[in-house]
Amino acid sequence: MQRGADPVSAARGEALWRRAVVGIPYFWLLVFFAIPFVIILRISFADPIIGAPPFTPLYDAEEGIYATGDNYRFLAEDDLYWVSYLKSIRIALVSTLLCLLLGYPMAYGIARARSTTRNLLLLLVILPFWTSFLLRVYAWMGMLSNQGVINKALMGLGLTDGPVQFLYTDFAVYLGIVYSYLPFMILPLYATLEGLDENLMDAAADLGGRPRQVFFDITVPMSAPGILAGSLLVFIPSLGEFVIPSLLGGLETLMIGKTLFDEFFVNRDWPLASAVATVLVLILILPIVLFQRYSATAERLNRQ
Amino acid sequence: MQTDSISLARPDMQPVPNSRSTGLDLRPMKPRSTFVLSCLFFGFAFLYIPILTMIAWSFNDSRLMSVWTGFSFRWYAALWENEQVIDALLLSLRIAFVSATFATVLGTLAALAMTRMGRFRGRTAFSGMLAAPLVMPEVITGLSLLMLFVSLQVLIGWPAGRGADTIAIAHITFGMAYVAVVVQSRLAAMDRSLEEAAMDLGGRPMAVTLDITLPLIAPAMLSGWLLAFTLSLDDLVIASFVSGPESSTLPMVIYSKVKLGITPDINALAAIIVGIVGTGVAIAGWLMVRTARRQAPARR
Repeated sequence: MQRGADPVSAARGEALWRRAVVGIPYFWLLVFFAIPFVIILRISFADPIIGAPPFTPLYDAEEGIYATGDNYRFLAEDDLYWVSYLKSIRIALVSTLLCLLLGYPMAYGIARARSTTRNLLLLLVILPFWTSFLLRVYAWMGMLSNQGVINKALMGLGLTDGPVQFLYTDFAVYLGIVYSYLPFMILPLYATLEGLDENLMDAAADLGGRPRQVFFDITVPMSAPGILAGSLLVFIPSLGEFVIPSLLGGLETLMIGKTLFDEFFVNRDWPLASAVATVLVLILILPIVLFQRYSATAERLNRQ
Repeated sequence: MQTDSISLARPDMQPVPNSRSTGLDLRPMKPRSTFVLSCLFFGFAFLYIPILTMIAWSFNDSRLMSVWTGFSFRWYAALWENEQVIDALLLSLRIAFVSATFATVLGTLAALAMTRMGRFRGRTAFSGMLAAPLVMPEVITGLSLLMLFVSLQVLIGWPAGRGADTIAIAHITFGMAYVAVVVQSRLAAMDRSLEEAAMDLGGRPMAVTLDITLPLIAPAMLSGWLLAFTLSLDDLVIASFVSGPESSTLPMVIYSKVKLGITPDINALAAIIVGIVGTGVAIAGWLMVRTARRQAPARR
């Protein structure tokens, strides 16, 4: 760095540096993250045509502006989409709840463990993330299949005579989502639980609170930020999940991510797929804004 | 400050700050309920049994995952000879390397913008765009990026087609969001006295950033790079949307094989990936715990 350089050009250099640090990532996100949403919104008002690109232009020199609400009308009229959206919301909600029910005691147990054990347990929670998501879902295909370990165990114990159909059912989808997203629930919960001041719990116990009472009146409300963060981290991505319903679900497991994928790759109807995506974004706006406000608060607290 | 080992976690899972310091914990262990212990036991069994079962079956001689006919490496050999898988792996590694590198540069700039540049116009929108890719369902990101590429091609003739380049651009975009979170939390938690001292001695902001800040956040940049690399290597959905007919990444090949049912060579592939990652993460975790332990007495 030229420290003794001419002050005017140095100041200009600094202004340029500042502009680059903010401007380059800003420009990238604007072009490759924000603008694409505007584009799908615009294509969702086009008609599909045969050609490249396979949709009508928004503006034509001869015909002027052309926009149609046909795609949204079709979405509203065809049961497939209603069922997919509602079923996705239900599956995502139930899975989030299941993750919370299993993840909370796990996070609690980890936070209360001795330091060495705690680090080991945390590592075990984190490890699955670094292995392929796709392959972890695939692992369940082997577990759940008719000749899989679970069915063999059930038959070996004499609980069932023949194999039970687990794979390609809604049950398998719930299982797959809870399995894949459980660590997303545990880690934020762990972070809040670990940061709680234990003196509060001790004080409550000293004042005669029974363990259960102390847990529900003090621990749970104080870990609300972790509960919210974990739930959003499970709910939002699982609502649009494609891999899990596609590999583990059956024909009746209509999740919107899968419906959208099929709409796009099988039917090649880009405007309709864009409309499906736009509605999905609308459904997710509230949870995403909640998540962002949460991240912003966390960031502010982090700075203090 | 976060517990050291948690910095291996995907950053979106650790947004909750806490004030407790790391290092050795002298709290006495609380008696824990059998309920909590059984949840821990059940939870970890749930997380690990499928992976371990899959690895075990990868050594089975039979094609079927129902009868054990003997120990064999034949599926590993079959994998090695499968050119489609090897080509896809090489393509995926190339894309992951390029996109993780760009994502680290862009993500670090974004993190610096958020923590060291004070207020600037559009900061709220910027932080929103930086956080959203972490949770956005992949089908939406994939579809919207494809629509962008197609529209750009019509408008300005670029990109001329879709393939490794467009996949890399897509991966850079979500990768940078992850890198930004990792680097940002490091920047926020960092002691600023060194930077302030350098400023007091007359260092210009740019020089201070390059000479002082960057070396200090290098470990966070490295873990951000690894994270972006792993996520790129693992992405199926976004790549399926933005790839061309001649570029199939490894997840795309795996998916098309697995969609037809279970195949033993994929078990072998999974065992290799889990083996590499498990060893890497275990070593990294061990190093972190060791460093934390060594530093703990000094800190107090």
